[in-house]
Amino acid sequence: MTGLAAAFGSGAMTNSIEDLTTQAKSYLIIGSNTTEQHPVIGMRLRQAAKRGAKLIVADPRKTKITDFAVMHLQHKPGSDIALLNSLMNVLIAEDLYDKEFVANRTEGFDELKACVAKYTPEYAEKITGVSAEDVRKAARLLAANKPGALIYAMGITQHVTGHQNVLSTANLQMLLGNMGVPGGGVNPLRGQSNVQGACDMGCLPNFYPAYQKVVDEPAHTKFVEAWGNAASLTPGLTIVEMMNAAHSGKLKAMFVLGENPMMSDPDLNHVREALNTLDFLVVQDIFMNETAELADVVLPGASFAEKDGTNTNTERRVQRVRKAIEPLGDSKPDWVILCDLFKRVEARLGTDRSKGKFASWDYESPKAILAEINAVAPSYGGITWERIENVGLQWPCPNTEHPGTQFLHAGKFTRGLGKFHAVEWMPPAEEPDEKYPFVLTTGRVLFHFHGGTMSRRSAGLNAIYPEGKVEIHPQDATKLGVADGELVRVSSRRGEVVAKAEVVEKADPGVIFMTFHFKEAAANLLTIAALDPVAKIPEYKVAAVRVEKV
Amino acid sequence: MVMVNLVINGRKISAPAGSTVLQAATQANIKIPTLCDHPALGSIGACRMCLVEIKGQRTLQPSCTFPITEGMEVQTHSTGVVDARRFVLELLLSDHPLDCMTCDSTGSCELQDLMYEYGVKQTRFPGEQHAYPVDDPNPFIQRDYNKCILCRRCVRACQEINGAEAIGMVWRGFRSKPGTAFDGKLEDSNCEFCGMCVEVCPTGALLGKQVLGQGRAWQLTKTQSTCPYCGVGCQLDLYARDNKVVKVTSHWGAPPNQGSTCVKGRFGLDYVNHPDRLTQPLIKKDGKFEPASWDEALNLVAERLADTKQKYGGDSIAVLSSSKCTNEENYILQKFTRAVLETNNVDHCARL
Repeated sequence: MTGLAAAFGSGAMTNSIEDLTTQAKSYLIIGSNTTEQHPVIGMRLRQAAKRGAKLIVADPRKTKITDFAVMHLQHKPGSDIALLNSLMNVLIAEDLYDKEFVANRTEGFDELKACVAKYTPEYAEKITGVSAEDVRKAARLLAANKPGALIYAMGITQHVTGHQNVLSTANLQMLLGNMGVPGGGVNPLRGQSNVQGACDMGCLPNFYPAYQKVVDEPAHTKFVEAWGNAASLTPGLTIVEMMNAAHSGKLKAMFVLGENPMMSDPDLNHVREALNTLDFLVVQDIFMNETAELADVVLPGASFAEKDGTNTNTERRVQRVRKAIEPLGDSKPDWVILCDLFKRVEARLGTDRSKGKFASWDYESPKAILAEINAVAPSYGGITWERIENVGLQWPCPNTEHPGTQFLHAGKFTRGLGKFHAVEWMPPAEEPDEKYPFVLTTGRVLFHFHGGTMSRRSAGLNAIYPEGKVEIHPQDATKLGVADGELVRVSSRRGEVVAKAEVVEKADPGVIFMTFHFKEAAANLLTIAALDPVAKIPEYKVAAVRVEKV
Repeated sequence: MVMVNLVINGRKISAPAGSTVLQAATQANIKIPTLCDHPALGSIGACRMCLVEIKGQRTLQPSCTFPITEGMEVQTHSTGVVDARRFVLELLLSDHPLDCMTCDSTGSCELQDLMYEYGVKQTRFPGEQHAYPVDDPNPFIQRDYNKCILCRRCVRACQEINGAEAIGMVWRGFRSKPGTAFDGKLEDSNCEFCGMCVEVCPTGALLGKQVLGQGRAWQLTKTQSTCPYCGVGCQLDLYARDNKVVKVTSHWGAPPNQGSTCVKGRFGLDYVNHPDRLTQPLIKKDGKFEPASWDEALNLVAERLADTKQKYGGDSIAVLSSSKCTNEENYILQKFTRAVLETNNVDHCARL
């Protein structure tokens, strides 16, 4: 998100599922296991391939979408920038880039050109493992089949160079002139039902709703006027920084709504110690998850089926969530619990926010909360409850006459000119060595979701995929004397996990893959909490590990 | 758009050039019965239910594949057409179980509705009937090919919507049926269990296993909502009975998914009614959770948060919001964090 904001001025998926899947003539899918993680988009990409669009997949693993690709560039984990720079090197060397777009819509081209000059396909091959010939072929395919869409997911962002990786994808699409057109764009696919909405709503330490900056004085003033009070102009802590602050005793109390850091954060042993160090931990969730077990108080929320509200999907579309059944037992919709709690906290603190336009917690319904969001979040200004009764609207949608925005940056980037950034490849934070000779990369499978709290309580999903596995290449399996289905112990500098081996030719030899769905074999006991310095995303995709037969 | 004029049942209508007779009729609110046709799938003219009489044509024509032409005259319910449809239905009935009384599809079965509409109570064509075992062991989809009418909707959905192409038509003649390569189990095939085949099946041949015995169409209440799993935000229709979500179907014709679903959205929502659900507030006492009233729990949380803030300042508190909760919930939680706790320590798992 920080990367796209720097390059374009807006951090969201630029295009829409509809134009992306029906109008693109080529695709570069990098770091997205689309078929398993965003299955409905994956289905539509397969239909795109059938109509003749050229799919190029860049991924360290042979994922399912590669079956439909004209090329699979199997680069090494953590070598994305070298790969992207080498594609751009070919586009410039062979004069295949969109000169008109570069001249009229962008700045910083000379810096980019100077930077990628050294990334000849032959030079990059030593870093990425992708042959120079394939890089040339892929670059030519992308240049010859426009518009082309670039799709990425956590395979790009979950690295210490995540921010730089994203800048690199933006560079490529600007160089190809694939921005601001249907069937083009840089398209990060968001992994959870309302992760886009949570960002849009300002559940980020540096942003108020709709990306109004915490450090920005006018924004601060605006929210003081709206709410009657606001925190300082200093950004707060990100999730991994929170865990570190808790661990060192700086943080005393934590409130967790519908999240499970004890499965989803890196280096779980560290997270456990951190949460145990807190004076007070509250978890509001629908299940007793691994984090809730450590809490002092657990509040039972209601599931999505028991409440009304809105979610924002990956393509910025705000859609209704509707109550289908009553909350189970004594549980309550989360917004009801929260408002009740907020009133009690405020009564004790005796804060006076009466001057704020929206000081009260007495909302009649989520509809009333959305009306407040309409008033304070400019890009949501026209997305009212009534307008999204049947079909959702895509932000930016500043007023109730506005039809919503299908794709961003048409004619002009949000920041004016698109900015090229010179991005140098850097190795991952932890590289394999003698003691930990394998690279562990992590992700999800089709049948499960995130920490497994939901999907593992679905009878069918858990029956068809009941346990975590360690994907290992046949050559490695032979060396270790491990057969398919036998137990292996995977250990890193941070923890160890025992799980069944799945001997399969997906990743290259030397690279193993695990999911983080299974608490019995939690990959995040092994992962490293090394952060990208800008985006603060942990490097889930590369950790050095040892594998032994049990 | 070039428009073509034609006459259906004596009514003058015009429709875009390139339309089929069925599309032109549907657009003019003239209902022609169909079985193999489905709006989301390509037409194949297999079932012969949509036969119509077209002036100048020697035989009845399938309206789902027949293109309209200028001045065309069509009869959709002439005696000859209705007789032909009844004949087709009788042939289908000759090899179809009559267990509607216990079939889960009753009330949402297109074949049953047509038999009723055309008054087909028995068949003139008694003969050999299939006796397929109903035994696919996968956890999601029951396949009962004794109820299959060979419309190939499932095969087309797998090709044209999912793209996995896990199933095709296997065997020949009387033995012909949809199946995986070598007519094996779904779990051993490319099948991703998206359930689009179940969605488009016009009979009870393909049913979600979770819905078996949970209620018929008229016993369930339908609610459109947004899928709680990944960020695509698929629109789904949830069906509930006795405060339980028992079934999910496609919500057709709307973005972002235009009716498509994956296995999690269609078959993975039973977690909602899982017995592990938390149904009362819990307070930990001496390392063990004990049930508490809402007042007790909320007062304790309020007291501890207020105390912490007063003692150590707002920055000693952190809030994790949720990418699984609504915009409205996320909005008020960050508002509280900033306006009341006076800290910007609010984040969620966007980075994870």
